[in-house]
Amino acid sequence: MISELLFMNGYETYVLSAFCFTLLSFAALYLVTKVQFVKEQNKFVTRFGSLTTDKAKTAKSQKINKEILANATKN
Amino acid sequence: MFKLFQPSKIFQITSKAPKYVLFLFVIVLSVGLTEALILSPEDYKQSDAVRIMYVHVPAAWISLGIFSSITFLSISGFVFKNKNFFLISKSLAPSGFVFNIIALVTGSIWGKPTWGTWWAWDARITSMLILALFYALYLISWRVYENEEKVFKISTIISILGIINVPIIKYSVDWWNTLHQPASINILSKSSIHSSMLLPLLLMTAAFALFSLLIFLMKYNTELIKIKNKGLDRL
Repeated sequence: MISELLFMNGYETYVLSAFCFTLLSFAALYLVTKVQFVKEQNKFVTRFGSLTTDKAKTAKSQKINKEILANATKN
Repeated sequence: MFKLFQPSKIFQITSKAPKYVLFLFVIVLSVGLTEALILSPEDYKQSDAVRIMYVHVPAAWISLGIFSSITFLSISGFVFKNKNFFLISKSLAPSGFVFNIIALVTGSIWGKPTWGTWWAWDARITSMLILALFYALYLISWRVYENEEKVFKISTIISILGIINVPIIKYSVDWWNTLHQPASINILSKSSIHSSMLLPLLLMTAAFALFSLLIFLMKYNTELIKIKNKGLDRL
């Protein structure tokens, strides 16, 4: 049964390579997107840390900035 | 209504959603792979080579769907003067492009055992290749142009030119005598595919759609943070 599943009537090279290519493409795209996201998030945290107290207060008044910081500390 | 499309409102949802979408994607993909590789029957003509359909067809569908959405959103961005539509379009493009490449590569792998060749200048394959070029041009335009207004215009022009190719891809099998068979699945009429093959196909399509949603959410969040980074500089 297992050998039948793996052998696929002689088409296993084609079938498995198509599935492997798809899953590897998914993994690559996910990793690239994740790295870009983390990089941008870290940049935001660093820039936010370098702001003066007044500027930080103004920036924090924006809901979205607060959310970004909260998410960054969670990750 | 467009208050719903405000970045701050959207970010509240998009920042939390990826982990749930990833979880759902893993479940649907696992079930889909089990159905596609183990439980679904082999084809009486193509034997087990038919299993390539479960990655090839959903990838092609999703890439066409994403390109259509990009065009619709880009035009809407101009009509409603809403920059966020362009940001959504930009975030959709990477997954659409990758799905297009997957459709081309898996199609090529499927072509070898069924048609005896890795590549043929068949109407559908060629039109899918042209779509990949439009995706590449669209993505490049966002990298090349710094000026916001210019990139909105150029990316929209590329998407409008590219959308002309979408009906050509869809109807190429009917208009020309190609190696591809006519569509087996029709929304308006009875499909010629058996339910034992339709189920894994739909499951894999759902998994691919969830993956593109996941990438879109992550990319969109990245773009929003990029904008906010620039905002901090201006303070």
